[in-house]
Amino acid sequence: MSETPILEVNGLKQYFKVNRKYTVKAVDDVSFKIYPGETYGLVGESGSGKSTIGRAIIRLYNPTAGSIVFDGKEISGRISKEDNQFLRINMQMIFQDPMACLNPRQKISDIIAQGLDIHKAYRSPQERAAKVAGILAKVGLSPEHASRYPHQLSGGQRQRVGIARALIMNPKLVIADECISALDVSIQAQVVNLMKDIQEETKSSYLFVAHDLSMVKYISDRIGVLHLGHLLETGTNEEIFSNPVHPYTKSLISAIPIPNPKVERGRVAESYDYKTSGIDYGKGKMKLVSGQHYVRATEQEYLEWTS
Amino acid sequence: MQDNYILRIKDLSIDFQTTAGIVHAIRGVDIDLERGETMAIVGESGSGKSVTAKAIMGILSNNATVRSGVVEFHMDNETSETVVDLLKMDKKEIRQNINGKQIAMVFQDPMTSLNPLMTIGKQIMEGVLWHYDYTKEAAYNRALELLELVGITDAKKRMKSYPHQLSGGMRQRVVIAIALACNPNLLICDEPTTALDVTIQAKILELIKDIQEKTGISVIYITHDLGVVAKVADKVNVMYAGKIVEKGNIDEIFYEPKHPYTWALLSAMPDLNTNDERLYALPGTPPNLLQEIKGDAFAPRNEYALKIDKRLEPPMFKVSDTHFAATWLLHPKAPKIAMPEALQNKIQRMREGA
Repeated sequence: MSETPILEVNGLKQYFKVNRKYTVKAVDDVSFKIYPGETYGLVGESGSGKSTIGRAIIRLYNPTAGSIVFDGKEISGRISKEDNQFLRINMQMIFQDPMACLNPRQKISDIIAQGLDIHKAYRSPQERAAKVAGILAKVGLSPEHASRYPHQLSGGQRQRVGIARALIMNPKLVIADECISALDVSIQAQVVNLMKDIQEETKSSYLFVAHDLSMVKYISDRIGVLHLGHLLETGTNEEIFSNPVHPYTKSLISAIPIPNPKVERGRVAESYDYKTSGIDYGKGKMKLVSGQHYVRATEQEYLEWTS
Repeated sequence: MQDNYILRIKDLSIDFQTTAGIVHAIRGVDIDLERGETMAIVGESGSGKSVTAKAIMGILSNNATVRSGVVEFHMDNETSETVVDLLKMDKKEIRQNINGKQIAMVFQDPMTSLNPLMTIGKQIMEGVLWHYDYTKEAAYNRALELLELVGITDAKKRMKSYPHQLSGGMRQRVVIAIALACNPNLLICDEPTTALDVTIQAKILELIKDIQEKTGISVIYITHDLGVVAKVADKVNVMYAGKIVEKGNIDEIFYEPKHPYTWALLSAMPDLNTNDERLYALPGTPPNLLQEIKGDAFAPRNEYALKIDKRLEPPMFKVSDTHFAATWLLHPKAPKIAMPEALQNKIQRMREGA
């Protein structure tokens, strides 16, 4: 792809100092790019730093090192007021728990229009109402939902409100942090389809953070695999699933239960233990496998895994 | 063969008294479980899976009333074998004779089901000391044995750990060890792996399977993940709106599903082998159980619904000796409706993949 990426993360490090002796390296030297209109999936087990990356990008944390370039502008560290304003309009987040992230004392219409209110993005109350009605229709809710409160909606409907709130400013990048994990299987499918449809229409990019690999495969164009704060492998959907190189990726893929009893009954997931594997993530460099497929490995490890 | 059932639930109905009115959470559930068998109960949240499990354990909340039904459990002591109705026993009796000793349960979230102020060793020993006349030393040895059984290395050191010092997967292993402490005959796992990562999930499921092979206990899994079901179960019950809509052997449910709801569940599963653009999504939401349901509860979301579905609730139709489904589509007079083509292809692929 020759396009310029919408988001470029370079050598991002995010450390949390617990006390004088002990620092948690939640994210250690992670680099990736997201191109306009594509979905980048970040997967890994809990504690691998996937949510931290999402939060660092949207400036909820102050990164320890590294640069984050969004739409040609450096956005880590101190930035100007205009850049901040630009960022707040063009980067939005969808959170994990749809009940916890909606203000229970606000009506749906006010929750959704909060961004509009702050940025004064309308000229008359009618225009505001029209915009809210428009986005509600887009996410598959009816106009009467606008005057309800969050507790009057079901889980799937609440998550739709979360999506509507993120999309009303027409952002260039949406960070979806485990946005389907709290939902039922049948509702998950509804929400994933909705996100795909909206992306087709608005051409915005998604950073999709999740631990459910099968869903990530469905929605993402490219995938990054994280473990213990290191980006171990990244590549297109197909490259990762048909040709996983890193042993951790292999174990992750083999652990997905396949809904097919004949296959699943006899299958044993590959186990992977960082401590006993003898791999030191810090030593490895990102090596090109093919196309856009990179893996973190030393020369020797790379030969061992690919042979 | 003498009847080999360990648990038989017949026509169980449970209501909940709430401020909004009476919720009919369970509306006539029948479940048979044989010895040594693994059964899965699948359904969306709010379909009544957990309530069924709690009824078996006698730990329903205070606002629940059992409208009808029996839960027959084959108590198995060394000396005698008796059949008891768990719903007729009072709570104290159940607590003394059944919970832990005969039926044990593994809950969803290992952090909230462990006591943060007790070492895990103490928590494992607690049950044995309560139910049997073990000396402290014997109980300690038993706990060590259990920790090794569930695959915790360095068991002696771990006995003194507190729950917060363990990782999520380790904690769930401890919960399983506690459940197994008193040699139960039946283990109920209520979403045992939902709070865990896929890699740990696979390990926990393999562990339970392993233990089952060693000890021959029966297991009930409650889950909404069909992938998990495929891995562990012998029999499957599909639940919807407080009723079992389809039951059968695992192969029958996965390869020859008859109920439209089961079709929808199978279609909605993301498939790693396809590059379909869209995922099948079941339209609508589960019914509100506050209202009396007329006809088939699934009819409003069912694209194959017949006229009769709106008036009359379908009975269980027999497909084979082990396979039953509650849908009017199986009635001899019903129009012949095949399952959606996309699902047919998927099942075809699944069969070939085997």
